[in-house]
Amino acid sequence: MTALTDDPIPVTRPVKETAERQDAARRGGVARRADIAAGLRASAVFLLLAALLAGFTIAEPAFANVGNLMSILQGVSVVAILGAGVTLTLAVGGFDLSIGAVAASSVMAASYAMIVLQLDVFATVPLVLAFGAAVGLVNALLIVRLKVPDLLATLAMMFLLSGLQLLPTAGRSISAGLVLPDGAKAMGVYDGRFLLIGRYSLSGVVPVSVVLMAVVAVSLSVLTERTRIGRLLFATGGNEVAARLAGAPTLRLKTLAYVLSGMLAALGGIIIAARVGRGDVSSGGSLLMDAVAAALIGFAVLNLRRPNVLGTIVGAVFVGVLLNGLTMLNAPYYTQDFVKGAVLVGALALTYGLGRRTR
Amino acid sequence: MTPPLLTIANVTQSFEGTRALDGASFDIGRGEIVALMGANGAGKSTLVKILSGVLLADGGTITLDGKAFRPRSPAEAGRAGIATVHQSTDVVGIPGLTVADALMLGRFADRNSPFFLSRKTVRREAQAMLDAVGIALPLERDFADLPAADRQLLAIARALSAHPQAEPPHLLILDEPTASLSAAESRRLFTILLRLRQDGLAVLYISHRTADLAALADRAIVLRNGAVAGAFARPIDFSRAIETMIGRPLAPPSAGLVRPRGVAVLEARQLRLGPDAAPFDLTVHAGEVVAVTGVLGGGKSRLLSTLFGVHPLCAGTIHLDGRSYRPRSPAQAIAAGVVMAGEDRHRSSLMPPDWPGHALKSTISLPHLAAWSYAGFLFGGRERREAETAMARLSIKASGPDASIWSLSGGNQQKAVLARWDAAPSRLLMLDEPFQGVDVGARAEIIAAIRARTNRATLIATSDREEAEAVADRILVIDQHSLMADDHPHPADLQGTPAPLPEGRPHDRAH
Repeated sequence: MTALTDDPIPVTRPVKETAERQDAARRGGVARRADIAAGLRASAVFLLLAALLAGFTIAEPAFANVGNLMSILQGVSVVAILGAGVTLTLAVGGFDLSIGAVAASSVMAASYAMIVLQLDVFATVPLVLAFGAAVGLVNALLIVRLKVPDLLATLAMMFLLSGLQLLPTAGRSISAGLVLPDGAKAMGVYDGRFLLIGRYSLSGVVPVSVVLMAVVAVSLSVLTERTRIGRLLFATGGNEVAARLAGAPTLRLKTLAYVLSGMLAALGGIIIAARVGRGDVSSGGSLLMDAVAAALIGFAVLNLRRPNVLGTIVGAVFVGVLLNGLTMLNAPYYTQDFVKGAVLVGALALTYGLGRRTR
Repeated sequence: MTPPLLTIANVTQSFEGTRALDGASFDIGRGEIVALMGANGAGKSTLVKILSGVLLADGGTITLDGKAFRPRSPAEAGRAGIATVHQSTDVVGIPGLTVADALMLGRFADRNSPFFLSRKTVRREAQAMLDAVGIALPLERDFADLPAADRQLLAIARALSAHPQAEPPHLLILDEPTASLSAAESRRLFTILLRLRQDGLAVLYISHRTADLAALADRAIVLRNGAVAGAFARPIDFSRAIETMIGRPLAPPSAGLVRPRGVAVLEARQLRLGPDAAPFDLTVHAGEVVAVTGVLGGGKSRLLSTLFGVHPLCAGTIHLDGRSYRPRSPAQAIAAGVVMAGEDRHRSSLMPPDWPGHALKSTISLPHLAAWSYAGFLFGGRERREAETAMARLSIKASGPDASIWSLSGGNQQKAVLARWDAAPSRLLMLDEPFQGVDVGARAEIIAAIRARTNRATLIATSDREEAEAVADRILVIDQHSLMADDHPHPADLQGTPAPLPEGRPHDRAH
């Protein structure tokens, strides 16, 4: 970044007047260059995204067809929705490590509700969302009431849930015809309407999960950036003492963030269950880390250097585009984590290292 | 006459187009205590940063002990003999470490010190450090339990002996060392400084407190707009120095003006701030400004935060406008019309830089978001208008309502915090140490703004007697969590001739 280097400044100024004029000119130049540099950093992720799209399209024209682009979005929708939940908890100064486990156990809960309890989609979806909210509430109770540090409370919850989801079926995956621990055979099946959440596309183009992601993105962006509640959520995370002294109900705001985070993770689990059509004990393995990465890459979007919902969604899409493009170019699957890590390191270096100097 | 120890000639420093220092020149002699005065933004901290090696000056020359001095790092400045103690001394140690450990932190980080250090060695060397500068501190005490004054002394002792292999320091730079010290603690610090001066140490002393400077300084240098605007030899004429500093004549002091007193807004009876504290009564009237002073830890903040619902009330009854008042949270207090700007505005009022809410307008709007939003949505128009009104009323100097609160000087930050609670009507306004890090010019403007509102009661906590006299109609003293009689001027008043108390009842216990 040549725009960031300062010219060496002369120590002696023999004639004051000319020195001042030079000074003013130099200041104007510095200010202009600083503006350009700031603008570049703010749009860096978008520019890179555009460059990736262009590059992959040139290398492999099939990349740019609508079907492939929609499948990228469908692929990142769960991570983006979970990332939005992480973003909310980051906004209140916390961190929800349990989202991956909530999503995974929501897959199991949805399957159990339909296959064992024989519920339909209209009972299953609210039930699973309520499960997510309940987990969020327990997290909040641990953090807000018992004062357990966020990371520890949600880490403990993560372990608890990954164990809990195995208990009802004695560790078996849930699919139609499951034999229960007491020997009985489960009679239910996946509701066909439930499967539409994961498999239907509006007008045959836009998958339902992409629509859900868009709804989450827009509504949470508006909530966090444009409403009183959003400002108070950020106030709680920015300076909890100041927020409380200004009359903000900080404990309730933290609880709200964790409950929303739990519900979003449950929504992610519903989408996975509807796509896979069975309750797999090993689902949701890398969800937590991918969602956290999306939220952190989001810090670099618009150079905001703070959690923001739009950035998180863009971060998730960015990683999705990169992985899809590389796969099309026949990059082996085992390079994926390396690519994700490199993007994250690059985004954080861009945000903190380069952005800091001019502010 | 011996040449001066330190000569600063025509030093300049610019940041992104603003001139923080614009040809500052002065010198400091050996064994001389020089006060550096200046409003916020005058260039004091920039100069300190240059002298302590944090910043490299753009231009000008500095001569230390006859040699050109251009430190590129704090360590280099330290080795050359400049010891700096920065304003915040909370960070000189780490809770859980003893005082001896905190003293030796610099040595622990020194590559030349031995790899293994026994507790005995640490203790012995720490004691030697203290003996060298003649400061007594409890070496085995946990740093967390150390009072603010001892932290300051610890920081001084460590700064003075940071570089044992180099020659002993010639110059000690102190930045607002008494900001969180009581009068008695300050005197202890002054005794030590005066003794160090006798040993030949020069001190550059930065402070807003004229009482400190009167007790200590041989000379006062006044900075304005990055240049030396005046130099004053002892006896220092502080009113002239302050006028030079703010660039205009001082407004007549407001203290002593007894204003007609309105109805009793706050009536507290048999109030107890702690289980062991003596009960006391307190009444504050509409249109009245009452200051509570006392030593650090005496209960000033406790009183305010109890009235604000942060701490539960131990015993007693409070009436607000005749109605029973017992807040269980700040939110309840605010709803009842009692508002408070807490001590240390960075911690108690402001959002961090780059975080939503760090703009001037959102600093003001934080408690008013419910009232200023439409069905929960914020469109920004109301916040902007309210901020513009506040900027005009309190003459807040900022580039606009969207300016980051962190781009403002301390005085303007404090005005923004006051504007926050001025933006909606309240019955009782409480300000805890509202003049911390606020220069004299801004202080006068804040006092005028506080006193301009006559429809509410105001309670101000300050450890600075001078500030209390400047702002209040009535001064109360709190000690050991209970209000004391204030018939006698505070014995620790350093100015020697304590100003007479303003008219009015000296304390509220009488009735």
